[in-house]
Amino acid sequence: MTQQTEWKKYPPHDRPHSDVEDIKRNSDYLRGSLVETLKDPLTGSIPEDDNRLMKHHGSYMQDDRDLRNERSKSKLEPAYQFMLRVRAAGGVVTPEQWLMMDSISHKYGNETIRLTTRQSFQLHGVLKWNLKNTIREVNDALLSTLAACGDVNRNVMCNPNPYQSEVHAEVYEWADKVSRHLDPRTRAYHEIWLDEEKVVDSREQDPEPIYGPVYLPRKFKIGIAVPPSNDVDVFSQDLGLIAILEKGKLAGFNVTVGGGMGMSHGDNKTYPQLGKLIGFITPEQSIDLAEKVVTIQRDYGDRAVRKHARFKYTIDDRGLDWFVNELHTRLGWELQAARDFSFDHNGDRYGWIKGSNGKWHQTLFIQNGRIADFEDYPLMTGLREIAKIHDGDFRLTANQNLIIGNVSTQKKRKIDALIKKYNLTDGVHYSALRRSSMACVALPTCGLAMAESERYLPGLIDKLEPMLEEAGLREKEIVIRMTGCPNGCARPMLAELAFIGKGPGKYNMYLGGAHDGARLNKLYKENIGEEEILSSLKPIIGRYAKERLDGEHFGDFTVRSGYVQAVHDGRQFHA
Amino acid sequence: MELNVTNSPFNQQQTELLNQLLPTLNGHQRIWLTGYLAAQAAVGGEAQTLGQAIAPAATPVAAIPTQPAAPREVTILFGSQTGNGSGLAKKLAKRLDEQQVKTEVLSMADFKPANLKKLENLLIIVSTHGEGDPPDNALAFHEFLNSKRAPKLENLNYSVLALGDTSYEFFCQTGKDFDGRLAELGATRLVDRADCDVDFDETAGEWMKAVTESLSATPTAAAYAAESAAPLSADPESEYSRSNPFRAEVLENLNLNGRGSARETRHLELSLEGSGLTYEPGDSLGVYPENHPRLVDEIIEEMDWNAEDNVATGKSGSVALREALHHYFEITVLTKPLIEQVAKLTGNEQLVKLTSPESVEELRAYLGENDLLDLIRDFNLKGLSAAELTGLLRKIPARLYSIASSSKATPDEVHLTVRTVRYACGGRDRYGVCSVQMAERLEPGDALPVFVQHNPNFKLPENPDTPIIMIGPGTGVAPFRSFLAEREENDARGKTWMFYGDQHFATDFLYQTEWQRWIKDGVLTKMDVAFSRDTAEKVYVQHRMMEKSQELYEWINSGAAVYVCGDEKNMAHDVHGALETIIAQGGGLSPEQASEYLLRMQQEKRYQRDVY
Repeated sequence: MTQQTEWKKYPPHDRPHSDVEDIKRNSDYLRGSLVETLKDPLTGSIPEDDNRLMKHHGSYMQDDRDLRNERSKSKLEPAYQFMLRVRAAGGVVTPEQWLMMDSISHKYGNETIRLTTRQSFQLHGVLKWNLKNTIREVNDALLSTLAACGDVNRNVMCNPNPYQSEVHAEVYEWADKVSRHLDPRTRAYHEIWLDEEKVVDSREQDPEPIYGPVYLPRKFKIGIAVPPSNDVDVFSQDLGLIAILEKGKLAGFNVTVGGGMGMSHGDNKTYPQLGKLIGFITPEQSIDLAEKVVTIQRDYGDRAVRKHARFKYTIDDRGLDWFVNELHTRLGWELQAARDFSFDHNGDRYGWIKGSNGKWHQTLFIQNGRIADFEDYPLMTGLREIAKIHDGDFRLTANQNLIIGNVSTQKKRKIDALIKKYNLTDGVHYSALRRSSMACVALPTCGLAMAESERYLPGLIDKLEPMLEEAGLREKEIVIRMTGCPNGCARPMLAELAFIGKGPGKYNMYLGGAHDGARLNKLYKENIGEEEILSSLKPIIGRYAKERLDGEHFGDFTVRSGYVQAVHDGRQFHA
Repeated sequence: MELNVTNSPFNQQQTELLNQLLPTLNGHQRIWLTGYLAAQAAVGGEAQTLGQAIAPAATPVAAIPTQPAAPREVTILFGSQTGNGSGLAKKLAKRLDEQQVKTEVLSMADFKPANLKKLENLLIIVSTHGEGDPPDNALAFHEFLNSKRAPKLENLNYSVLALGDTSYEFFCQTGKDFDGRLAELGATRLVDRADCDVDFDETAGEWMKAVTESLSATPTAAAYAAESAAPLSADPESEYSRSNPFRAEVLENLNLNGRGSARETRHLELSLEGSGLTYEPGDSLGVYPENHPRLVDEIIEEMDWNAEDNVATGKSGSVALREALHHYFEITVLTKPLIEQVAKLTGNEQLVKLTSPESVEELRAYLGENDLLDLIRDFNLKGLSAAELTGLLRKIPARLYSIASSSKATPDEVHLTVRTVRYACGGRDRYGVCSVQMAERLEPGDALPVFVQHNPNFKLPENPDTPIIMIGPGTGVAPFRSFLAEREENDARGKTWMFYGDQHFATDFLYQTEWQRWIKDGVLTKMDVAFSRDTAEKVYVQHRMMEKSQELYEWINSGAAVYVCGDEKNMAHDVHGALETIIAQGGGLSPEQASEYLLRMQQEKRYQRDVY
């Protein structure tokens, strides 16, 4: 089948496919005109069509929105810059790779690194002219940006479990294998960024045996959780794997399908959804399973309306039974019955922990995942100094935090000294509520943001803390998340307390997510500013302090007390 | 002499009025009146009778010897970068024409040196640039005259009017070169060379008068009449001029550089509504700036002067000292004549030494880095009266800026692109007088005194199909914004290619969105940019030109006109070198042949520069 006709088999057949489908189809496997437009010396931007393709190469074009108006007045184009997402399956990197990221963020970026909610690195502020060198240096360090964004499988997440070291090693290995298996095969990335010569006649081979010429209808996300931690928010994944340990060994994975966060304000046909449990597989079956799930979404996902193209809608529209049948047909074998498991939290646990291999692991809270040297908090320098003497690994957590992993007892003392020297775990940067918080990047770089997030949440927490303190809840962990838009990068729909941007200074406030990430939250108040946020929360927190049951989490309390209804299926989210 | 009805053509009432008036007139007023009446009469066709009739009454006329009656032929050659030279040449020709002197006015670039031998009378008006260099349109003639090929010129009468700026070391050097060389070749001076400072009207007027007298057959008074009737640098269509600037309202004043830039470049939009001033792409706008009030106060305080005392400002009158220092006198630039005069006035030994021939280097360094306040402090001038010191100062010269707009695209407006000059020296913050006024003390609604300075040496090709290559880094971009706006309005079909550069792409790409739009709309065919501080190795426009060497040669060889605007010292020189190389490589020419090729382009007006 040729690529000209192959795409036509994808649904829907009665409506035109979205413009992005055309762009992908005409791109010659993600090449587009990137080689030429990257060279255009008159603009720091690339055309929108190429930007769509660029995402598959791991980068978005953005601009500093703080400067938009004044630059326009000065007859300058917006301050275009590129966000570059660097991925490593499971978020594990070596100290050398850490130092490289640090170095290129200074050389080409805005001198900060953003750890993401999908265990990736983000560099911000990379100019068009520096993209190629930056990507080359990333690849030189054996990391990649390929498929970090775009309509393909994204970085495969994996619990960085520091408790059971052997199991982590094994689960991580499967995460890596699944990730590699689903990498795009096009040589476009190597040609554009790494100066690989273009193969003149590629008709003989199939350039994308899994994805085909138009790739997936939308992004696709896979995450692997290891109970009792649901740090990866396995129910938010298109495809979730829950590690089942039997007798201290990995027996296999429970499988969930059809989770996802994104929605649009004012469009109730869009909603966040929880993944549904469909069975159990052995570790060896995971690659085959992932491939077949991906191809079902490739063949049945909605290519007409991008807002309706995520896997969750494919399943909800056609039904779970249809999906499981289709999956079994494609696999040629059937999943086993799901096995028992139990989660108790989706946050991180901080401080030193000794793993079963005798090595130590320090989980550091990183506010909103931003690695930078702040005025009174030299976080970036501190981590750089640690990386210089560290011989274990660094693990990015799903909550944008960082684990200094596999530290020997001897090195532990030295690293501890550096943590103290640079005040990495001290004071205001490290309070309880803060440690359970997560915000997306939003303004000024994210083009989707409707309100502040990363720059605002810390200040809001400053105001919430005295309230909690007064109620005697200083050490209570409440999962609080904020995003600048309803796309859901910080997975706010799963938080116990969440804020989603509506407009400048205005947020929708959500309550009732579960502490283990197994229940969606629900809209409590719409379009409110800071004053109303604080005045709305004060009585709820007061009642929570007095009326909570033993061990009752904040999200459970707000449901039990009737502030909001429990949401176990995304189709009830707007109800 | 008492007039009465018997010794004059006037009646009783007229003689009484005249007798009342005439004794009160000073010499200057008498001469003016004489000329005025003669000119009025000439317009009315009564020159002969009236001229004769009033001749006895005007004393200066009696002193003029009778001139030969035969009409003389005079060639006026001008060489100047800005258009001042050609403006003066045309004025002079007009005056001589009125005296029945036959004139021919030519740019030096258009003059065939072979004809030099045939000339009887030659008047040269020429400016000086940079380190004593001739303007572009004088280059070839200057070179020819100073070469062995220059003929003996024993039959030639000549005179030179040199234009310059006393704040430059090689003041009026090109004029001096021509003057000296013509004498060397055996030619005879009609009148001595006159060297004009920035404010040239008075000196130039005197020289013209002298030249006209020595060449004309009719009374001198006519020359005065012409001078009085029309200011030297007037726009034919406007009452406003260099000597009578228009107060243009500021419509817009913004910074073109983005946040984080080391540069500041003001984009100014001024209203010319009601002024009658017109301009074409390539012309410049003269702006009279104001001195910084802080510096004025510092000087007054340092000298312990009284700010309200009146001081004389030229011949026009007197104003309060603070006002005079704020608006009238130049206090930020020191010139050699000023130092010499201060040395003479004070007898200060150090100053006398500084002006001695052995101290050329020291003087150059001193002039380059200091202003009036430094002079006062360094040589302890406290004690001089305000009248004494201001009596030595030059009038604040107008600043010329290449116009950045097209009057077709934005009627009644003129736009400027002005880089703010700020630096520290000798423990004090220094700044460009005009640019910092624009940056700090000029808001929409304020007004600036301006005049249009026509520049015939920087003009779009007459044929709109002729391709143009524009090289204008930094604020050199200004006239090309004007060029493209004009070509857009005219729907010109000629291809266009722009070379631009500055420090950083992100913050220093002046008018970036406009070039982008012009590229998109096809008004601009190609654009290459060089941002010197974005890469480890500094890249400038000339490097981008060399990268496109072959294509540039093809454009040039097929008739494209090349324009260069901006910094003279480094950029224009390097760009010239690049063009020579490109032409040599492209055409398989020797360096000398390439150089000649460029010179020919200059003569054909296909290589024009507006450099400063």
